[in-house]
Amino acid sequence: MPREEIAQFAIDSVQVLSADETVDEELVPALSDDELLAMYEEMKRSRRLDERAIALQRRGEIGTYAPAIGQEAAQVGSAFATADEDWIVPSFREGPALLVHGVEPHQILWYAMGMEEGAEIPGGEGALPPAIPVGSQPLHAVGVGWGESIQGTSNVAVTYFGDGATSEGDVYEALNFAGVYDAQTVFVCQNNRYAISTRLADQTAAETLAQKAIAAGIEGIRVDGNDVLGVYRVAKEAIEKARDGDPVLIEALTYRRSMHTTSDDPSVYRETAEEDEWEARDPIVRFQVYLRDRGILDDETVAAIDERIEADLAAEIDKAREGAEDVDPADMFRFAYDEMPPSLERQMAAFESGGAPGGETDG
Amino acid sequence: MAEQLRMVEAVRETLRAELDRDDSVVVYGQDVARAGGVFRATEGLLDDYPDRVFDAPVAEAGIVGTGVGLAATGLRPVPEIQFQSFLYQGFQQLAQHVARIRSRTRGTVTCPMTIRTPYGGGIHALELHSESFEAGFAHVPGLKVVVPSSPAETTGLLTTAIRHPDPVVFMEPTRLYRAFREEVPDDHEIPLGEARLATEGDDVTVVAWGSMLRETLDAVEDVDASVEVVDPRTVYPLDTATIVDSVQKTGRCVVVHEAPRTGGMAGEITARVNEEAFLHLEAPVERVTGYDVPVPMFAREDDYVPDTDRIAAGVRRALEF
Repeated sequence: MPREEIAQFAIDSVQVLSADETVDEELVPALSDDELLAMYEEMKRSRRLDERAIALQRRGEIGTYAPAIGQEAAQVGSAFATADEDWIVPSFREGPALLVHGVEPHQILWYAMGMEEGAEIPGGEGALPPAIPVGSQPLHAVGVGWGESIQGTSNVAVTYFGDGATSEGDVYEALNFAGVYDAQTVFVCQNNRYAISTRLADQTAAETLAQKAIAAGIEGIRVDGNDVLGVYRVAKEAIEKARDGDPVLIEALTYRRSMHTTSDDPSVYRETAEEDEWEARDPIVRFQVYLRDRGILDDETVAAIDERIEADLAAEIDKAREGAEDVDPADMFRFAYDEMPPSLERQMAAFESGGAPGGETDG
Repeated sequence: MAEQLRMVEAVRETLRAELDRDDSVVVYGQDVARAGGVFRATEGLLDDYPDRVFDAPVAEAGIVGTGVGLAATGLRPVPEIQFQSFLYQGFQQLAQHVARIRSRTRGTVTCPMTIRTPYGGGIHALELHSESFEAGFAHVPGLKVVVPSSPAETTGLLTTAIRHPDPVVFMEPTRLYRAFREEVPDDHEIPLGEARLATEGDDVTVVAWGSMLRETLDAVEDVDASVEVVDPRTVYPLDTATIVDSVQKTGRCVVVHEAPRTGGMAGEITARVNEEAFLHLEAPVERVTGYDVPVPMFAREDDYVPDTDRIAAGVRRALEF
């Protein structure tokens, strides 16, 4: 048999709202003015939460924090495309997506304050808590999407991870399992160009990250991740496909405008020129111009939204501080097991009675 | 109606009973569905429960990690990891997520998963098919670790494990799968964390589990003393009280396991005996264990795994101290 081509693959890229504000009218999603304004407000709210959180960290009020500044369109646009019953399965930089899904800012701050209270799931379901290991949580999303399928529901799990995570074996296993089990799962890879300091070119030789789907036999698509309308459109279509058991990997091309975490100094590994270039492509600015052009947003509305966000965040920060005063250290024992082993009960009793280390009886 | 079953059949009948009893139970893993498992532990289950028995890709992290999501949707995953040595590839999911999801979400997300996995030596398997890592799993807070030693024990413990709200690593001693038959009662549950006395005696306590329990019972037949053999059944939670009560009676203790000595469960059991029965001890706690080497391939396996001679010698050392 001669050598011949037996398969061909291609990756599409989508953009609705370009950086120079030209609009592909055919691709504009059908969203009401109120929905568009709600998306804008969520993007602004997560931006301001990140800015306030960085300041709180600098003052020592919270611990290490991973801001999503610059990635608001990728997260808000995709999370907006979910239904209330769908699941968000996040990594540690998914504040914007979680806010859209109903998680409140004080919970995000609690998590950053080192309190498990911040990883409790509001309403009991619909999201999993932040995952700290890189790339481990897409497997959980596949389990969720597969579990929904087994139980005959149409709920979808949308999971988020970065470009660096695609180097982890678990991400490939997740894509592969999703294809095998028709798991109702959408993978949102936010290609923000850096895994801490490691550039994409040092992360992979692949031309796109969307093509990682191809080896798993599922659809991969790229979208301009700083274009909230494009992200919404692509995510909406992907989620509807996933409801029918066809998982999709979305690569949202974006840029992490600030640091990896508050412990990181990006000036060590990034050029200012590059940062300036991406500042000009800021997703919130771009969307604001669009909304103004459409007559949906004016100075007065912008001011009203900003005011509402500031008041909301001030109250949420107060709530976070108040909650932090109620931390009961013995909770670390209470939640480790549903049925606490006797030896752990004795350790807890010793702890609560102030037993000196080494002095407790742990039979 | 009680039946005479081998251990591998006890596994299968327990899985069948739990699939039948609870629609949320899902069985999956490599080769478990169409082939019925490499040890035939899941044979026939696909026919009866085609919507809840699945073959899985060869990906242990995937098998363990998807369980977190399945459980989050309200299912009760019962995956099989074909051999325990390959659970190392899923260990990060086990330690980083399965074990922690309950505590880090303060009980709002839980993972009532039972990970079944054959373990241990004695069947002349390939390299990396014979490990005994129970101490490693027991060292991960949030997990419970169960090792049955007979068909009836398997039924009782596996039933409990599947119904249990906490994640359980259920380690099945490969060499006992087809070693003997035993009467297995229907629908019985053995609580986790309760040891049993396999034999009663006054002179020395021997603690052993899984395949080493069988070996120990054979070994002590040749020892001229009254030996009490304790089967903890669960490595974590460990039933310290039963072990300590026994040692307080006998004054001597031997711990037998096939895992390597350093950092093995014998060290933990020795520490607990020291804490609670030190003044009753008439001899140091004796350890009869595997060696601190990678489990050798089968040409040397019989020299690695404790046998009746080594166990009997350990018991005699404790008696003669």
